[in-house]
Amino acid sequence: MLRTLRAYPALLRVGLAEMVAYRAEFLVWILTTNMPLVMMGLWTSVAADGPVGRFSQNDFVTYYLAVLIVRIVTNNWLVWEMTMDVRQGTMVTRLLRPISPLIQYSAEHVAAVPMRILMISPVIGLLLWVGGKTLMFGSLERALVFFVSLLGAWMILFFTMITIGSLAMFVQSALSIFDMWLAVHFVLSGYLFPLELLPAWVAPISAATPFRYTLALPVEIWIRKIDMASAWRDLGIQWLFVLIMCATALTVWRRGMRRFVAFGG
Amino acid sequence: MATSNLRRYAALLQIQARISAALAMQYRFDFVVKGIMSAFWLMVTLIPLTIVFRQKSSMVGWSYPEALVVIGWFVLLKGVLEGGVTPSMATVTEGIRNGKFDFTLLKPADAQFLVSTARFEPWRAVDILGAFAVFIYAFIQLGHPPSLAAVAKSLALLVVAIVLLYSVWVLVISASFYVVRVDNLSYLLGSLFDAARWPVNVFHGSLQILFTVVFPIALMTTYPALALLDRLSFIATLACCAGGLGFAVVSRLVWNRAIRSYTSASS
Repeated sequence: MLRTLRAYPALLRVGLAEMVAYRAEFLVWILTTNMPLVMMGLWTSVAADGPVGRFSQNDFVTYYLAVLIVRIVTNNWLVWEMTMDVRQGTMVTRLLRPISPLIQYSAEHVAAVPMRILMISPVIGLLLWVGGKTLMFGSLERALVFFVSLLGAWMILFFTMITIGSLAMFVQSALSIFDMWLAVHFVLSGYLFPLELLPAWVAPISAATPFRYTLALPVEIWIRKIDMASAWRDLGIQWLFVLIMCATALTVWRRGMRRFVAFGG
Repeated sequence: MATSNLRRYAALLQIQARISAALAMQYRFDFVVKGIMSAFWLMVTLIPLTIVFRQKSSMVGWSYPEALVVIGWFVLLKGVLEGGVTPSMATVTEGIRNGKFDFTLLKPADAQFLVSTARFEPWRAVDILGAFAVFIYAFIQLGHPPSLAAVAKSLALLVVAIVLLYSVWVLVISASFYVVRVDNLSYLLGSLFDAARWPVNVFHGSLQILFTVVFPIALMTTYPALALLDRLSFIATLACCAGGLGFAVVSRLVWNRAIRSYTSASS
């Protein structure tokens, strides 16, 4: 445990160096996340002749810019990496190191976060310019809740990716499972549209699944579409999901490891 | 001479298609998986539109069934893109990186032809079925079938759309002769194409011009939809065809220039 802790800064540096080495490629990947802008085009033209629900044209602009930022900062492509590692056998080299591959993956993706923030910074600037004072949190409490919810979103996504990536050790079509997860995520996380625009019967479903807490919650806190009392409550639910996903990820990973070793040996 | 050449290339096309089909047959279960995924993503595409029309009865001059026709074209073209265009693209960028593209150039046939027909994914045909389901539903909602002239016009524009899609792709491939690591450019292209799901006048000002002239997704989905709805004049249809032809010529010229600067992976 102590050894892992001591190695972690070095792992972070390696992760960051890799990010810098492949910066052009990384930027292209970042640019592929443009669905929020496509959706913004749709909703701003719909809201041109009057607001939709609580959302005016301007609200849609801030909403989708915030979605874009939160998505890029918290997202990772671990599933692709893990399925690749399993299929091409490079998982073996990871396993040979004296530190768990999960720790290695986490270091690589934590190291990517500053780079993600740097690349999205023009959009952050644009959003602050469009949104002005409403996006400055106003109180320390809201700022705190926002950043903790951002961390929670990152953790839920990370552990979900570990879970689905570990499935590659059981089935060939882990990427198809991921694709399916992504489709549901698009609809229920607020990525495509503000969740409150969905029919009322969907609200309990989205509240009871982890999707909302990976994106919509931080966004709503940031753009002040949620009051503080509900924000605290949802933050609690979010961290409950962090724990659940963490336990799931570790279980699936350990079981997969047993199979993987059996395959190789 | 010309006809024997044409026959030779037709034979080549047949062989390349047969190889792709044989590859696809190995993974028959994929058909089921791809089918389910297509249905899933079709729903994801449709949900935002149904939500919009829960609130409003029209959107920048498009009614619900009319906007559905645009989505139908989007799904159709997405199937063509991911079944016929991007798989080949992936093999080229890979070939440029590991040097196997040299063998393609050595073969006694046009390199652009060989490259473009390298790989098809026949299972993507399920997308096309999905598109037709959307068309049928939309026209039932509209209450009348499309006129014969409208169908003829939209078929012409379907050819234009495929030519455009292919030409844009050739331009991207040409870029890979100058900068090496562009295997993710195909994802970028695909994600930009996502904007084609809405009628182009959803976008404002310069973006609308960009999507019509520079990255002509409007010509791929909005205009064919207008044609099928019988809202596109004959002259406009001709203009679209001319635009498609122009793009094809430019992309061929760029390809010819770019291939001259190809230096193998080792040099």
